[in-house]
Amino acid sequence: MYKLFLCKRYLCTRYIALVSIISVMLGVATMIVVNSVMEGFATEMRSRLHGIYADVTLQSRTASGMPDAEAHMRRIKKVAGDDIEAMTPTVVGPAILNFRFRGQWITHQIQLIGVAEETQNGVSDFGKYLQHPENRKQLSFKLREGGYDVIDHQAKPVGKAKPREQMKKAGWPHRREMAQLAAFNKSLEDAREAAETNADSAAEQPAGQPAGPANPFAGPSSPFKQPENVFDPAKEQHSGAVVGIAIASFRNAKGEDHFTMLPGDDVQITFANTTSQPPKPASDTFTVVDLYESKMSEHDSKIVFVPIERLQKLCGMIDPSTGIGAVSSIQIKVKEGVDPAVVRDKLNGAFSQHFYMAYTWEDAQGALLAAVDLEIIILNILLFMIITVAGFGILAIFYMVVVEKTRDIGILKSLGASDRGVMGIFLTYGMSLGLVGAGAGMVIGLLFVAYINEIAKLLGKITGRPVFSPDIYYFYEIPTIVQPFTVAWIVLGAMAIAVAASVLPAQRAANLHPVEALRYE
Amino acid sequence: MSNSTQTARNSANIARHRTRAGGHELAGPHVAIPGKSEESSSGQLTAKNICKSYRKGQVAVPVLRGVDFEINRGEFAAIIGQSGSGKSTLLHVMATLDAPDSGQVYFDGRRIDNLPASARDKLRNRRLGMIFQFYHLLPELTVLENVLAPLMISHGTLSYFISRHKHRRTAAELLEMVGLGHRMKHRPSEISGGEMQRAAIARALVTSPELLLADEPTGNLDHSTGEDIMEILRTLNKRKNLTIVMVTHDQAIAEEADRIVRLVDGQIAI
Repeated sequence: MYKLFLCKRYLCTRYIALVSIISVMLGVATMIVVNSVMEGFATEMRSRLHGIYADVTLQSRTASGMPDAEAHMRRIKKVAGDDIEAMTPTVVGPAILNFRFRGQWITHQIQLIGVAEETQNGVSDFGKYLQHPENRKQLSFKLREGGYDVIDHQAKPVGKAKPREQMKKAGWPHRREMAQLAAFNKSLEDAREAAETNADSAAEQPAGQPAGPANPFAGPSSPFKQPENVFDPAKEQHSGAVVGIAIASFRNAKGEDHFTMLPGDDVQITFANTTSQPPKPASDTFTVVDLYESKMSEHDSKIVFVPIERLQKLCGMIDPSTGIGAVSSIQIKVKEGVDPAVVRDKLNGAFSQHFYMAYTWEDAQGALLAAVDLEIIILNILLFMIITVAGFGILAIFYMVVVEKTRDIGILKSLGASDRGVMGIFLTYGMSLGLVGAGAGMVIGLLFVAYINEIAKLLGKITGRPVFSPDIYYFYEIPTIVQPFTVAWIVLGAMAIAVAASVLPAQRAANLHPVEALRYE
Repeated sequence: MSNSTQTARNSANIARHRTRAGGHELAGPHVAIPGKSEESSSGQLTAKNICKSYRKGQVAVPVLRGVDFEINRGEFAAIIGQSGSGKSTLLHVMATLDAPDSGQVYFDGRRIDNLPASARDKLRNRRLGMIFQFYHLLPELTVLENVLAPLMISHGTLSYFISRHKHRRTAAELLEMVGLGHRMKHRPSEISGGEMQRAAIARALVTSPELLLADEPTGNLDHSTGEDIMEILRTLNKRKNLTIVMVTHDQAIAEEADRIVRLVDGQIAI
């Protein structure tokens, strides 16, 4: 009884011991915050990575790809049909994208992916990342009349996102406007050219003869005299392309997006045509029909999706004798509850390893995921060391408390307290300190996590530098996930350290000789 | 020098003997003690041929050199001696706070100096009461809680909690008896020396011990306060028939006891 009672008393009267709690408290709070943020980031990243990749991908190892996707899909169905929900063929290749912005050509290095319009949405979260609500339901490479998202539909919470005013006119209105502008520019150009030609011819003519009347609307390139079969950019589009949003826009420090390209603009894509050996570059014009925003910047700044049939044709992947196109990979979505690794192993068993490889989305991003896991582990080890340091603080302060309480220990022993009882006082004391410290740390840590964005904003205000800048990360807020198991583990670990640190002082207290302790001044 | 080696060897012998005897005691603490030890003790507390020395560096300084002491039930004895005469050490040995190098201590005919630690703790807690020159109250606890401390030690958490009202009553009654009824909620630092010693007496009595060991109970008090304390002790001895062994260096205080034993240089001087 006296153990608990004295513990309580010491806890309430020895404020020096409370100081030692603070280090435990801070350690626990830091660990909870760091783990929650890391877990939030990791989970967010995993879901984004999984959104980009299909569960399982069967890829051809050869450059020319696998001929006849249909036949391959039939074979996949036969091998693992029960586990498969959807499949879609894709063609992947490196490419260069050029587009005009305010009269200047801008060039991007991209990865060009040919996807099947009808089935692409089914195998991954691809559809969710598009900017037009209809395209999110079913992808179409036809330019929409309008209705593209002005507010980022993925922003959490929605109110935080800055509106993208430019997106209001995206689609056909933008295309018509650009076509009108281009036509006007062209007419000006033509007029100037015509004037120059006239001036030149006037200079060549003998002096005195007046130059013929310069008609700016004359000439074969006049927009008003275009032949019917000529491409009209105001009414027609090229093959559609879905462009990564980071290619088309940039974000400033306030979190506002500025677009250099909108759905409706034309882009030039240059890629390798494999019909000739070695492959030669080939170009074609595409019309941007939507923007792709996975919030993984390396994907958003690199990937462009175009219709697979068009790409097969332009790359020379269609067999002239059969008319069937080759694909570089087949994306597979497995059914709910099926482990992608099982499907991968089945496919690896069924298809020759020399020409095909099957991998899951986790395999594809293995290095990145492993790096994040390693980061979490190392951070935890480092932070736990901080708590251990706090433990040594407890040890030192406890030693002091025991020395200070030497006479009290002698008194207790003279009253009949056993050695174990005296030891128990200090062990319980250590545990209650750990409990209070870890408990307070847990509360502070959880509160910090709950208000982390407000705190980040406040810190940004104080230091004059945004702590969490939305132009670096694609999140508007710091993502956090609190895992109860992790919290429990941290709290128990901190308490164990507090108890371990009090063992030595407690032992010293227990071993004090009562007479010497009583004589202690 | 030869003396010190002799003592060291002696103590080693005793230690060995004690371990054996200790094992015997453990086997049955309530079994009747063999006749030999029974007949050697007739008083309530008997110290036989107690030797004790302290080490100061390499040299062993003898404090007690074969002291015999006996007190009967209901007696009030004073041990008087100069400082350094070993009177406090004798008291500590009799209270089982310290172990003698050689010699035996009997309580109610049972040898107690070689009991295992837990049995000695229990004995101190339930059957002996102690008061000290410097009162030795726990500074973090109130006067009432200090008095309750021995009960907290003897009871487990649950059993103490169940009978906590009864314990509180006992402690409050004792405090009333020593005249501290109005100081129960005070901290030791807030009351005077005399009051602290009264609280210490109440604490010593709370487990209803059979023997009270007092180490210079008035040594730190002025004359009249000391007189008050002595009055309390005398009353306890007379009314409750409590056996008291008091150690003091003050002849006047010692004379209030029934019997005076003089200790000079670690030996009883008659």
